[in-house]
Amino acid sequence: MPCYAKESIDKYRSQQPHDGLSNVEDTSAAGLNGSPTADERDYRFVEKRELNSLIALLRADAFRVLGPRVEDAAIVYDELESLEDLPQGYVETQSPGRYRIEKGDHENFFQFTVSPNSWKQFLFPARVSLARAKKDRDGWSFAEGDDLQQDADGRREKLAFVGVRACELAAIAIQDRVFLEGPYVDPVYQRRRESTFIVAVNCTTAADTCFCTSTDSGPKCRQGFDLSMTELPHGFLLEAGSQVGGSYLEKLESRPANPSEIESGFRLEQQAVQQIRKQLDTHDLRDLLLNNLDHPHWDQVATRCLSCTNCTMVCPTCFCSSVHDVADLSGDNVERIRQWDSCFNLDFSYTKGGTVRDNTRSRYRQWLTHKLGSWQDQFDSLGCVGCGRCITWCPVGIDLTEEVQAIRVKPTSKRTLSTPVEPAVATCVVKDEDD
Amino acid sequence: MNGSQTATHSVAQTEATKPSLAVFKFASCDGCQLQLLSCEDELLPLAEKVKIAYFLEASSHIEPGPYDIALVEGSITTSADRERIQKVRQESRYLITIGACATSAGIQSLRNWSDHAEFLRYVYADPGYLKTLSTSTAISDHVTVDFELRGCPINRFQLLEVLQALLAGRRPRTPGHSVCLDCKRQGTICVAVAKGEACIGPITQAGCGALCPAYHRGCYGCFGPAAQSNCEALCEHYLKDRIAPERLVPLLRNFNASATEFRDAGDRVDPNSDPGQPIKNTPSPTR
Repeated sequence: MPCYAKESIDKYRSQQPHDGLSNVEDTSAAGLNGSPTADERDYRFVEKRELNSLIALLRADAFRVLGPRVEDAAIVYDELESLEDLPQGYVETQSPGRYRIEKGDHENFFQFTVSPNSWKQFLFPARVSLARAKKDRDGWSFAEGDDLQQDADGRREKLAFVGVRACELAAIAIQDRVFLEGPYVDPVYQRRRESTFIVAVNCTTAADTCFCTSTDSGPKCRQGFDLSMTELPHGFLLEAGSQVGGSYLEKLESRPANPSEIESGFRLEQQAVQQIRKQLDTHDLRDLLLNNLDHPHWDQVATRCLSCTNCTMVCPTCFCSSVHDVADLSGDNVERIRQWDSCFNLDFSYTKGGTVRDNTRSRYRQWLTHKLGSWQDQFDSLGCVGCGRCITWCPVGIDLTEEVQAIRVKPTSKRTLSTPVEPAVATCVVKDEDD
Repeated sequence: MNGSQTATHSVAQTEATKPSLAVFKFASCDGCQLQLLSCEDELLPLAEKVKIAYFLEASSHIEPGPYDIALVEGSITTSADRERIQKVRQESRYLITIGACATSAGIQSLRNWSDHAEFLRYVYADPGYLKTLSTSTAISDHVTVDFELRGCPINRFQLLEVLQALLAGRRPRTPGHSVCLDCKRQGTICVAVAKGEACIGPITQAGCGALCPAYHRGCYGCFGPAAQSNCEALCEHYLKDRIAPERLVPLLRNFNASATEFRDAGDRVDPNSDPGQPIKNTPSPTR
């Protein structure tokens, strides 16, 4: 079997003009969202129950199939055994600091947008064991941590993501760049990512917190998937994005989609575009933020921000972590643990001599200027994909699009940061000058 | 790994050279020192590292001071205890307060908002034999504290971390961040955002393992205020979200009622608190 995600990564990279999220076809020719016209694509139609066959096929090929399911009060990403596990008939409402789900008046499986979870939790897990050390009579011996070891039979777990949204494909592409490109490849991420099979789904609805049209990252899935789906009332339009995706598609009971089905899929995708109300003006965003480091608005945000880290935790691109060595009481057994961390955590910028970002103002500014500004210097793209998670899951509903707007309408150029910028956070990979 | 193996290749310490450990109780429920006994698997390795010299909950065998490490549980609520804590301080090289009572005066500091004499009249037929102070105060209001371990009760793994750090001569690693970070690491769905629950996790220091939200209820602040917590913004948001002050005040005023940030936030939210009336609380130092 060829390496699925590797194929799609390679394919993605070859299509990627390396200008970040602006990886779309000519937007002016294809309307607001840059989608190609419906008849350019090779769509297959499958009955809804065929998704069950796909899940079964993937499971039979030893994939751990993950996708949306209802858990308590939210739609989360977790293990799927069959179609029945999906949140059929659910609708969501999202607004700043508020998320609710309920049964709607439809039977669709994917008529919602993004979950509080993101796929980051599987590719870049919240807590991993990197290494172990043990001291005995002969001295210290070292071993790889649990998350780098293989099964007894040398196999690794393969992941299949079902229901990946366009903004999430963009987020995965950003994390690919962070973890796989440059001189330091992250082995934990790489191992998981290379075996990942992605079934994307085109959004047919948008939440009030969505703004992927502003960041050019959705709602239509364009690349970075093995298969993509558009959910119609009576079936799915499927499209293969990779050879491997195509081989699975061949095994399903499908027929060529007829023009009215393609048209109806196209209309549903447009419906999602039209429902998006929120906007982030990305024009000149880097310079706007980095030229306004002493803007009084940072103080204003700091009065509302709890510095609780929620925005960074739910962000599908935030990648900061901290590494600690944890010893048992004897001191003879040590484990090196990596955990998600956050620029909003006071301890995160603690170095010898004290804490670098010792107030909420500087921590919020660090986050926003990195995410939307200096990220572009490091990774050639915005760090934001317009999914709106940070807006919904902020306990007090701080909306980054409004914070940017507040600075945009009344910029002050008191203190600026000139290029090249310093590394924004300790774990950032600085891009080579000649890259 | 068994104990005898450990002894062969760790620094050999005789009973005489081992650091001594003492556990002292003030006004408290014993739950925090019980956490030390709950370290079942680690108790024997710990006993190899330290000499347990004074721990009444575990043994009636008492060795005289001075002690290298004193764990102090409970708050100061009587004049006798006010004097006893001075003696404990004098006898102890490192004094570590354990739990909400010792670090922020505990739930018994609710008396600081009330009429102490009236309580006595209600509860006791003849309060003549009672010698209590009208306030409950944290240990650090009386003596210098070397390290504060939060929680109601404390987390035993944090206790082991602090002891281990002291023995190794390094700074203990206990988080100052909010409960939210732990919720998100664990994949717990936010009960505030998804259910509209009043949860004070965003302003509360982690340490419990984000237990309550994992069981679908809001955090009620057992570990006290997180570092640089913005209580005002969270309370304002909840009040705007039509969460009643009657719901919010008891969240702030419970186990860590007298921790400065929670105390001030509770007083701001409480419609019955009279800003002109001086509150009996003494400020308690926070992280």
